[in-house]
Amino acid sequence: MLKDITLGQYFSGNSILHKLDPRAKIILVLLYVVMIFIADNLFSLMALLLTALILVAVSGISYKIVLKSLKPIMILIVFTTIINLFFTTSDDAPLVHWGIIKIYRVGIINAVFMIIRIVSLIIGTSVLLTYTTSPISLTDGIERLLKPLKKIRVPVHEFAMMMTIALRFIPTLLEETDKIISAQKARGAGFDSKGLINKAKAFLPILIPLFISAFRRADELATAMECRCYRGDEGRTRMKVLKYSAKDIIAFFAGILFLAGVILLNTINTSLSI
Amino acid sequence: MSEFIRIENVSFDYSPEEIEDPHDDVIKNISLTIEKGSFVTVIGHNGSGKSTFAKLLNGILVPTSGKIFVDGMDTSDENLIFDIRRRVGMVFQNPDNQIVATTVEEDVAFAPENLGVEPSEIRKRVDEALESVNMTEYKEHSPSQLSGGQKQRVAIAGIIAMQPECIIFDESTAMLDPKGRREVLDAIDRLKENGMTVVLITHYMNEAANADRVIVMNDGKIEMDGTPREVFSNVEKLRSIELDVPQITDLCHRLKKAGINIPEGILTEDEAIDAIKKLARRGKSI
Repeated sequence: MLKDITLGQYFSGNSILHKLDPRAKIILVLLYVVMIFIADNLFSLMALLLTALILVAVSGISYKIVLKSLKPIMILIVFTTIINLFFTTSDDAPLVHWGIIKIYRVGIINAVFMIIRIVSLIIGTSVLLTYTTSPISLTDGIERLLKPLKKIRVPVHEFAMMMTIALRFIPTLLEETDKIISAQKARGAGFDSKGLINKAKAFLPILIPLFISAFRRADELATAMECRCYRGDEGRTRMKVLKYSAKDIIAFFAGILFLAGVILLNTINTSLSI
Repeated sequence: MSEFIRIENVSFDYSPEEIEDPHDDVIKNISLTIEKGSFVTVIGHNGSGKSTFAKLLNGILVPTSGKIFVDGMDTSDENLIFDIRRRVGMVFQNPDNQIVATTVEEDVAFAPENLGVEPSEIRKRVDEALESVNMTEYKEHSPSQLSGGQKQRVAIAGIIAMQPECIIFDESTAMLDPKGRREVLDAIDRLKENGMTVVLITHYMNEAANADRVIVMNDGKIEMDGTPREVFSNVEKLRSIELDVPQITDLCHRLKKAGINIPEGILTEDEAIDAIKKLARRGKSI
């Protein structure tokens, strides 16, 4: 029953987005997030949303999947919309005045802008990064981007190794959890009890064996890694060396041009700005 | 054959700081040598110290007294430890707990990466290692998609990529189904043919029957040491330390006990058939 959980949200494919260097993608995503917060009029925000949608088309991932990814944040969108609509005040006359509820023009604009921001943020980052980058190359990219931090003794390699091992063991531990649940059910344990405390109690017989086995696995894995001459990143090389290609450089330039474009669009005077 | 591992009066205790009592030692004063290119199996029931013995051979554990030399290098010398581990690889029982990376080829590359091998050379070694265990077609797979036997073969490839001279298998077939066991044993056979020194720790007696040499461990000591034929001729002694003999050896032993003149220490069905045929022919001629 736990096996159906998909790991991360990676969709394998062959698009240009899949082929970009993970480091380039991480930097571009950061740039994109910055742009979203710089943009403060309808033109620049629409340009960003449009870009996100174009990127989805480029990646070859269906719009259905992308729409689905917006579902979990629906509550957030509704919540911010309500806050912006009803709690923004200004000196102008309210457009709607109904009892204690006053809706101002600025409130509506704010709400619309916020929706565009959140939606483009989710679509843009997921299509640029999580949908098109496998967890392992993402870890690789992060490790290499953060490498300079090693000089100030940030354990970058160890962090990346932990991420890799965690990713490697998630399916193994899920499988194990399944087995433990079946074993405990066979011994008469019930998992459909009511109430939060009872539910938590019911999970104890699963968590304890799972933890014990995880520690045993960790111990064995450490020995196996020692047997394979692991000694941190001291003198360590990699089989797959990340290399920036022409694609990545073009993508960087496109990103910077786009940033300039957003700044330019921001200067357009419209009545629809804050 | 030249000597590869030399073990001199080795004892080992997991908690040496406690009051000295040699009876508590897991390994009790063992001395032996393992020849280059030989196929040695170590058998013994649970708690006989065979896994501890294995871990002593590549410096995962260091003897509390005595010395172990691998290719002339002392395993207690910390400066040599990675040279020793590179030469003596080890495959464990649970395939899940020795695979580090999220794809097969990345995992096989783990050891050469640790050793600082050039990227192009790593690629070559990984491809060769996967080829030698017939796992090339799975190189992009995630370990969780593989069967037990396949995972164990990936683990073996991960050791081969280190280019060791000796591989220790610590009950590496114990958790596998018969098909997986067959696959792993075939991989071991190929290693042997290529001149690898193999130390196989097992409690399957028929795996021991194919070896050049069988070492029987009991209570931290070496109880018997010889060719499979020599060791398995001693059915009664093996029984006394709770070990079994291969089924066919047991059958011949019982026949002999029942008064049939059949040689001791028969290891395979074919041998048994030959021996019985011979008997039958003699019977006719009389």
